[in-house]
Amino acid sequence: MSDITSQSLFELTSNIKEKKLSSEEITKAFINRAEKSKKLNVYVTDNFEKAIDQSKKFDSNPNLDFKLPGIPIAVKDLFCTNGVRTTAGSKILNNFVPTYESTVTQNLWNQGAILLGKLNCDEFAMGSSNETSFFGNVQNPIGENLVPGGSSGGSSAAVAANLTPVTIGTDTGGSIRQPASFTGTVGLKPTYGSCSRYGIVAFASSLDQAGPMTKNVRDCSMLLEVISSFDQKDSTSIEYKRNNYSKELSKDIKGKKIGIPKEYRVDNMPDEIEQLWKNGISYAKDCGAEIIDISLPHTNYALPTYYIVAPAEASSNLARYDGVKYGFRSPGQNLLEMYEKTRSEGFGDEVKRRIMIGTYVLSSGYYDAYYLKAQKVRQLIKKDFDDAFSKVDAILTPSTPSSAFKIGEKTNDPVSMYLNDIFTVPINLAGLPGISIPAGKDKNNYPLGLQVIGKPFDEQNILNISYALEDKINFKNDISDWWLSE
Amino acid sequence: MSKNSEYLIERENKQYEVIIGLEVHAQVTSESKLFSQSSTKFGADPNTQVSLVDAAFPGMLPVINEFCIEQAIKTGIGLKAKINKKSVFDRKNYFYADLPQGYQISQYKYPIVGEGKVILDMPNGQKEIGIERLHLEQDAGKSIHDIDPNNTLVDLNRSGVALMEIVSKPDLRSPDEVNVYIKKLRSIMRYLGTCDGNMQEGSLRADVNVSVRLKGKTEFGTRCEIKNVNSIKFMQMAIISEANRQIDLLEEGREIDQETRLFDTKRNETRSMRSKEDAHDYRYFPDPDLLPLEISQELIEKIKSDIPELPDEKKKRFIDKFNLSPYEATILVSDIETSNFFEEVIKNSDVKLATNWITGELFAVLNEKNLEISQSPVSAKNLSKLINLIKDGTISGKIAKTVFEQMIDGDQDPLIIVKEKGLKQESDPKAIEELINKVIENNSDKVAEYKSGKDKLFGFFVGQAMKESKGKGNPQLINKILKEKLNG
Repeated sequence: MSDITSQSLFELTSNIKEKKLSSEEITKAFINRAEKSKKLNVYVTDNFEKAIDQSKKFDSNPNLDFKLPGIPIAVKDLFCTNGVRTTAGSKILNNFVPTYESTVTQNLWNQGAILLGKLNCDEFAMGSSNETSFFGNVQNPIGENLVPGGSSGGSSAAVAANLTPVTIGTDTGGSIRQPASFTGTVGLKPTYGSCSRYGIVAFASSLDQAGPMTKNVRDCSMLLEVISSFDQKDSTSIEYKRNNYSKELSKDIKGKKIGIPKEYRVDNMPDEIEQLWKNGISYAKDCGAEIIDISLPHTNYALPTYYIVAPAEASSNLARYDGVKYGFRSPGQNLLEMYEKTRSEGFGDEVKRRIMIGTYVLSSGYYDAYYLKAQKVRQLIKKDFDDAFSKVDAILTPSTPSSAFKIGEKTNDPVSMYLNDIFTVPINLAGLPGISIPAGKDKNNYPLGLQVIGKPFDEQNILNISYALEDKINFKNDISDWWLSE
Repeated sequence: MSKNSEYLIERENKQYEVIIGLEVHAQVTSESKLFSQSSTKFGADPNTQVSLVDAAFPGMLPVINEFCIEQAIKTGIGLKAKINKKSVFDRKNYFYADLPQGYQISQYKYPIVGEGKVILDMPNGQKEIGIERLHLEQDAGKSIHDIDPNNTLVDLNRSGVALMEIVSKPDLRSPDEVNVYIKKLRSIMRYLGTCDGNMQEGSLRADVNVSVRLKGKTEFGTRCEIKNVNSIKFMQMAIISEANRQIDLLEEGREIDQETRLFDTKRNETRSMRSKEDAHDYRYFPDPDLLPLEISQELIEKIKSDIPELPDEKKKRFIDKFNLSPYEATILVSDIETSNFFEEVIKNSDVKLATNWITGELFAVLNEKNLEISQSPVSAKNLSKLINLIKDGTISGKIAKTVFEQMIDGDQDPLIIVKEKGLKQESDPKAIEELINKVIENNSDKVAEYKSGKDKLFGFFVGQAMKESKGKGNPQLINKILKEKLNG
């Protein structure tokens, strides 16, 4: 048997079910490794003691019908967890301990999973490198001083570094898929409305979606099956028949029509990304898929549209952090002064930047020119996909325009940082499911991802295509455990 | 005052007309709040009716309370208004300590109810007031500044309670019309059970828009909005004071600034709260946590079929069926409790007498004791018994008033009172004749005078006979027999 922490969710689950491993053994193995991996800074808050107790409790009376029987899982610190501090990577929630559980994490516990801890992320999920977190940078296990992507950077690093078997992140504009791409892992953003937003600290409500981040496609299907559910507590949750994604997972994609959008060939795209894409196309062909050239004409407008819609919603969603009810408060002589001090000191620069942008685009006199226009363009982007999906079953693109970059490299250049999301943002705007799978490496041996985009609620199809491609690509992450301490 | 009852304010041969529009905030009658399951009960200890949603905890999401939607539709139907099958909840963004989300969920561009109307019964006839729209929104919490000297305390019990904002067209022209309009709105909503209209508890408040113009002009003047006035009396005072302030400015040749003002009830004047330049930029945008609200025709039809008879229809029925005067009918239908009481009384008693007794004696008692009809000291059942006693001649109207006074004390049965006190009317012609004989005997001089042509003395004899009967003599019989005796 291979080292416990390097096992996939599928393997761990099988080993528990076959009684080859106990929940306690597994939990302790991940905790031991975490203790030696502080350098990566993936945890904001650990739950190790309670996790061991819970694993013992599981082992004393194991329910093997669960889908995640006694499996320890760390989650992004954007999910509210009952009794466990939830910070959203922000000083303003530094001391916040929810008395309630997000629906998505509750779904995990309902299937026997155990909370290992809360993973670092960009502040309020605003960032593409995990550098905006109040709790510091996260190291990409791929190489020292490399960003793990963002905003689910702690999550991607934790999965890649074998610190959690799987995790869940959230994706507003690429926050699951881009870090997955940067760390050689799998990340899926489900269709908007698939996973409940109840109990997830909101960034941009019309775009936020929780999703699985895993080592491989099969684990991804297993985790999606658990977290995707209709929830009356979220008015945007959609009631539909969800598949048994892991059971129905299949490599047979013969005859599937896969679209290649010409607009994703952006200026200055590195050759190695172009090559990665070409390889992906030829693998898809090898699997018997039919490749069809398509056009998504409004792709160019996706990023600017996103950077109006998301900050607009965020500026309003973050108004509740005012020092009055919970979280950080900086006292003032009067209400206004308390607001100003609390929010100036409590929020980081990137969050403030987006609150300002959002406030501006919603202001009277600018609303029509920015927000309203962005909403119209969003409809056009959505229509592009609707049209494309009348011809194809799925779309294949690169996940990101580059591999992981150095910590600090883009912190002073927000626009270049934002450009990281160029391939992922349109999918959020259109509410579609998208998955990033590791597909190759660049000249530095850093992983690169391919993205498969599906029709609404067609997660099964993109999982199947990814499963088939994964098999052909046969990607192996080179991780040297360089960070481990004794 | 001129014969037509137009409300005009005069200044040196000039007459100004006052233009008023109201934005009424009516609390929806509902067990739970608009987007959460917390209770809406009034008067609970501070912060005991607050859910995680109401207090805007991270990750909490609003879920629409469908009952509140139905209540708004019902009210819309009562206002003869258009129900919009698609409406949108927007966020109205502003910071305040008692606004936990940092925004109020309201409806801005697409309200649930569109144009409608309310008919006012004014002394000189009916007047139609246009309704511009009705939309749903959340109430804020309450900031309390006077308990702790150094801090403001916040009570979030009210946070998230559903309000209907009912916006009138600028069709109102006088404080009297405002009075009748508010009462009519309140009446309609109480008939429908959509708002209890309790102004003391803040269930009904209004922002009052006032402008003035010279009589005969057609364009509107610059308006000022007086915020959050919570009684009809204060609305009327505020309108009069604000209209005069504006007219004074115009008379001095100055301009009126469009602004938001507050009414100082102690000084009976309005003062500036914020100017147009300082107006909040609320940055309205559709709430992404809530999908657009879609209402099916079936739901509208279902609600329509449940709508009770409303004041206007009831009034018409009372006039047509019971032959009431429009004035009487208006009074009786003005409040659902009153009309229910009335209908209960007339189930088995005379309509005309019931009308007079309710609008006369009963209302007088209620007024005097400052009671609602629902707290009436005399039940409908006992009042109808009393009326039947009058109708069948058991007691006279005059005796009935004595009986009624006693009934007030603990809702006593008039039959028992009449029996115990021996108040039954004397209707035996023989007995009446006897006591009339006695009167004639004792007043032979007056009889002579009467016979010599002093007809006016007839009343004197009636009075004496009544006195002789200790007030119990049947007046008709006394009249009849007296006439026979004196003229015979």
